[in-house]
Amino acid sequence: MRRLFGIVLALSWVATGAFAGPTRVVSMNLCTDQLAMLLAAPGQLASVSYIARDRRASAMADAAMAYPVNHGRAEEIYLLKPDLVIAGAHSTRATTEMLQRLGLRVEVFQPANSLQDVRERIRRMGEILERQEQAASLLSAFDAQIADLQPVGGPLPRAALYAANSYTSGPKTLAGQILEAAGLSNIAAELGYERSGKLPLEVLAMAQPDLLVGTSPYPRASRSEENLAHPVVRHLRAQSASGQMQYADWVCGTPHVLRAIENLAQERRHLLEKESQE
Amino acid sequence: MTRLMLLLLVAVLALFLVSLTLGPADVGMGESLAALFDDSYGPLTLVMQEIRLPRAILAVLLGGGLGLSGAAMQGYLRNPLAEPGLIGVSSSAALGAVLAINSGLAAALTLGLPMAALAGALAGVFLVMALAGSHGSSLSLILAGIAISALAAALTSLVLNLSPNPFAANEIVFWMMGSLADRSMQHVWLVLPFVATGAALLLTLARGLDALTLGEDGARTLGMNLNRLRLLLVIGTASIVGGATATAGAIGFIGLVVPHILRPFVGWQPSRLLWASGLGGAVMLQLADIAVRVIFPARDLKLGVVTALVGAPLFLHLIYKTRKGLA
Repeated sequence: MRRLFGIVLALSWVATGAFAGPTRVVSMNLCTDQLAMLLAAPGQLASVSYIARDRRASAMADAAMAYPVNHGRAEEIYLLKPDLVIAGAHSTRATTEMLQRLGLRVEVFQPANSLQDVRERIRRMGEILERQEQAASLLSAFDAQIADLQPVGGPLPRAALYAANSYTSGPKTLAGQILEAAGLSNIAAELGYERSGKLPLEVLAMAQPDLLVGTSPYPRASRSEENLAHPVVRHLRAQSASGQMQYADWVCGTPHVLRAIENLAQERRHLLEKESQE
Repeated sequence: MTRLMLLLLVAVLALFLVSLTLGPADVGMGESLAALFDDSYGPLTLVMQEIRLPRAILAVLLGGGLGLSGAAMQGYLRNPLAEPGLIGVSSSAALGAVLAINSGLAAALTLGLPMAALAGALAGVFLVMALAGSHGSSLSLILAGIAISALAAALTSLVLNLSPNPFAANEIVFWMMGSLADRSMQHVWLVLPFVATGAALLLTLARGLDALTLGEDGARTLGMNLNRLRLLLVIGTASIVGGATATAGAIGFIGLVVPHILRPFVGWQPSRLLWASGLGGAVMLQLADIAVRVIFPARDLKLGVVTALVGAPLFLHLIYKTRKGLA
């Protein structure tokens, strides 16, 4: 009886997996690309965005090599004849509206601003791909890992997020939550930033963070990243332990944020060890 | 004359002190000035010596240079509308700077960035002078300027949009409006020789510009070598604008507003206007840089916004006045 139940369950799963779900899915946003690659059934995902192959931005650049890429333009997406298009909120409105007018089903994902958002995005991706079971197991693995990473007690070193164009991120952003989850307190929160904003260099210098989490500049230089080479930033780097923001792990609300948390938690441990030795 | 100079000099110094005590970090005046001469390398010393001091010095240096080059161009072309920002020299310099950054030249050579901006500025001045002619009308000068500004701005945007760096496109505003936020002493040392050389060249033109008020023939009878004068003017202006733009982006209208205001006080004499505009430009850029910090302390409002708010109405007024010449 029990075995029969199992067989029925398996059959019904195969039935839903094979027939009811969308069979030709196109994702046109870096973050939805990664969620879709994690959850889609073999053959279900027809194309991902070209940025998914960019090693600096994408945590799954290698996996993305297996998929044809698109550039997020309505014309090329339509010609792929998808039965489901997944877009990010940053995809241009004109494009998504055009696709909807052409009769395609378009699902738009908002960017994740918290770890809770990450869980929600995983669940929703499972739902629209009709891969709820995969989503559920991914979620439980995610939760277990977060609980593992959660530092137990100890001091909270003060960290500053400082990116190109002097941007910092407050507690109501994914980056801010990554910082918190790694057992660090965010100086942006002390200074009253809730979301992202420009952090004047003076204010950063006066705040004296224990840990400066910066971004490593792109190989092709731009003036926007010049702030990272300012003597004051170099000075702060030299005197504080300095972490690196690997864009790929930070930028999207996917389970890859775990790697960012893990790296930061390690930085925190080094910092505390160094302090206890002094 | 000397009283005017003294007045402007006092204003430059006073604003310099105000500039040093202004910033998003909330620190008392005495405390911050004391930290300037401190060698403890604490956070406040760092802020004063590495952020505020270079910013204040750059405002004086670049403002002075831009005021001076505006006065020199207007003296040579005998046209109150000639200003490096308006006639496309600054935008060409910005194009040079952007090309240097994106080609890697700026990273490879210490002087790569300002030299490329200087080359861009040279091309810009040369084109304007060639298109407008040395005794061209206001109309041809403005048309040539609009064409060159538009072309340089478009090419700058094109280069930044084509850049594989995801941040590059955000920089368009900086290159077109200019900012002195978060510069360092390195920038001061980088720009100083360019502005100093340019200023020294332009100041030697004083007698020639006075002679030019009699017209080109009159100047020649006085023994002026006009070709040499033009060459020095072009190199001097390009050197100042190139250096300034490489460090702070294109800041417009200073070379327009300052000579216009000061002209009556120096008896409409181009030679005396040079000095006065240099000091006056330093005053105006310092005022603009103080304004951006007072209005939005933490947001890096661009300098060009403030200078254009002051300068554009004046520009319209000047066009209105020279309408007869344009017709």
